[in-house]
Amino acid sequence: MIPQTNIPLLLRILVAFIQNEVEKVGVHRVVVGLSGGVDSSLSAMLAARALGPANVLGIMMPYRTSNPESLEHARLVIQKSSIESLTIDITPQIDAYFDRFPDADSRRRGNKMARERMAVLYDHSARWQALVLGTSNKTELLLGYGTLHGDMASAVNPLGDLYKTQVWALAEVVGVPEIIVKKEPSADLWAGQTDEGEFGFTYREVDQLLDLMVDERYSREELVRAGFSESFIDQVTLRIMNSQFKRRLPVIAKISHRTIDRDFRYARDWGK
Amino acid sequence: MSFRAAIAQINPRLGDLPANLALYEEKIRQGVRAGADLLLFPELSLTGYFLRDMVPEIALKLSSKEIEGLKKLSREIAFVAGLVEESPDYRFYNSAVYFEAGEIRHVHRKVYLPTYGMFDEQRYFARGDRLRAFDSKFGRMALLVCEDLWHPSTVYLAALDGALAVLCPSASPLRGMSDHQPEDENARYWELINRTYAQTFGVFMIYGNRSGFEDGVGFWGGSEIIDPFGHQVAKAKYYEEDFILGEVTLESVRRKRTMAPLLRDEDIDLTINELIRIRERPAPAKEVQKFKGSRFKDKKVKKKKDRR
Repeated sequence: MIPQTNIPLLLRILVAFIQNEVEKVGVHRVVVGLSGGVDSSLSAMLAARALGPANVLGIMMPYRTSNPESLEHARLVIQKSSIESLTIDITPQIDAYFDRFPDADSRRRGNKMARERMAVLYDHSARWQALVLGTSNKTELLLGYGTLHGDMASAVNPLGDLYKTQVWALAEVVGVPEIIVKKEPSADLWAGQTDEGEFGFTYREVDQLLDLMVDERYSREELVRAGFSESFIDQVTLRIMNSQFKRRLPVIAKISHRTIDRDFRYARDWGK
Repeated sequence: MSFRAAIAQINPRLGDLPANLALYEEKIRQGVRAGADLLLFPELSLTGYFLRDMVPEIALKLSSKEIEGLKKLSREIAFVAGLVEESPDYRFYNSAVYFEAGEIRHVHRKVYLPTYGMFDEQRYFARGDRLRAFDSKFGRMALLVCEDLWHPSTVYLAALDGALAVLCPSASPLRGMSDHQPEDENARYWELINRTYAQTFGVFMIYGNRSGFEDGVGFWGGSEIIDPFGHQVAKAKYYEEDFILGEVTLESVRRKRTMAPLLRDEDIDLTINELIRIRERPAPAKEVQKFKGSRFKDKKVKKKKDRR
């Protein structure tokens, strides 16, 4: 059993979501980082439907060690959707920084690149009077598989309540090139990296578990009865708990009677 | 007796009273032009729904100049407004206000304030303490706000109190996807209960939902008028703004109640007696309660749960 996906309805809601949440801010454009993967391809193509391709700017931000295939795939999306595009090689600024810290490991380098890309996207959102469109899906948000203030940063995110398996299903219908939908997901932080290799389980497996655990509120005992191994359940549970900080604002020391987000509570769409 | 009911399925601006008052005025004029006798606006549509700390900031006293303005607008057409009502003792209610002929004829303060899942109403609103039908120039009606309808006792009381039509302003978020149906699961549930109530109690259900998004939460629209036989008299679009109009023929309430005199046969005393018995029944002893996380579970299971 995979999470249910009423594709025509999903499409209708997400297109309306992008239109509503972008236009009420008083702009009509978005910028999105294109990695060549299925998530950013889908986000960009949904935005093209919602706002028109001329109002979507896809920015490709390769680093010298990035897989050349990533850039090729991003270009396929741009061709197919007719959105605006820009390529910005982030190698100079990344290398300039790590020249001072040559012993930095791949995790530090990957996070730095993700945050550099975020900074580029936000700069272009200001230049172009646009919002930054998010690309993080529910699976990676729950597992904490993303860089805080990096690829997790955005103003509006149409994919944040969709599991990866739902992203795949929707991407096919929206017309994301097949080669992108079918390829193995990778953060492309180093050669040969794959998401599923790093997790030690597949998206299809974990989406089934997350759907029952999070959406259907199954207890641990019920999950075991449903056929999931205890070690898998515990591993995923720990990942969710330990990445909770990435899904929240920073912890604020409470001093006054009204502390932001604790007892100062307003919608983001305040007055809109 | 029959009248033309309209529903303004609007997308108000969250926390922007002047903009929403202007929208109300526009829709009221549209209702008059369309020949409607009564116009239903959605729940909290004068303010927006996810108000949180804005509740006291956007609340209106019934003596305010904004309410006076709405009264004037009701000289041409009766309407139901959804707003935050501030009482003289500074409580804030999620209220639906029925305006007719330049006056307020009825106020319903939402009784059942959802405070679970995505909802937080009881944190911000005071709870209404009465369920009363009221007389309008179109006949006797009841006003119930959104979650009130998820408690069948409210419609039961409205029908026994003489209501021929139930007006329900709503701000119902879309959620739950299924491969088996074209709309979301919440829309389907509402459509089911509207028809069930209409047929069970022999009333018209006039259900007005909103559209648009607030902080990513979409409202499913789909406002509708259902006759006492469960037939759809009018239906608004799903997930977008709309304005619908339908004929409410109270003769069909008579026909329905003649064919199936369920209300006539209703035994109020039996219900009251059983309710008193249930209310006074002793609470079950704690020892027999077994629930998840109960200390009566064996230690091994408890330890594993803690590790989560």
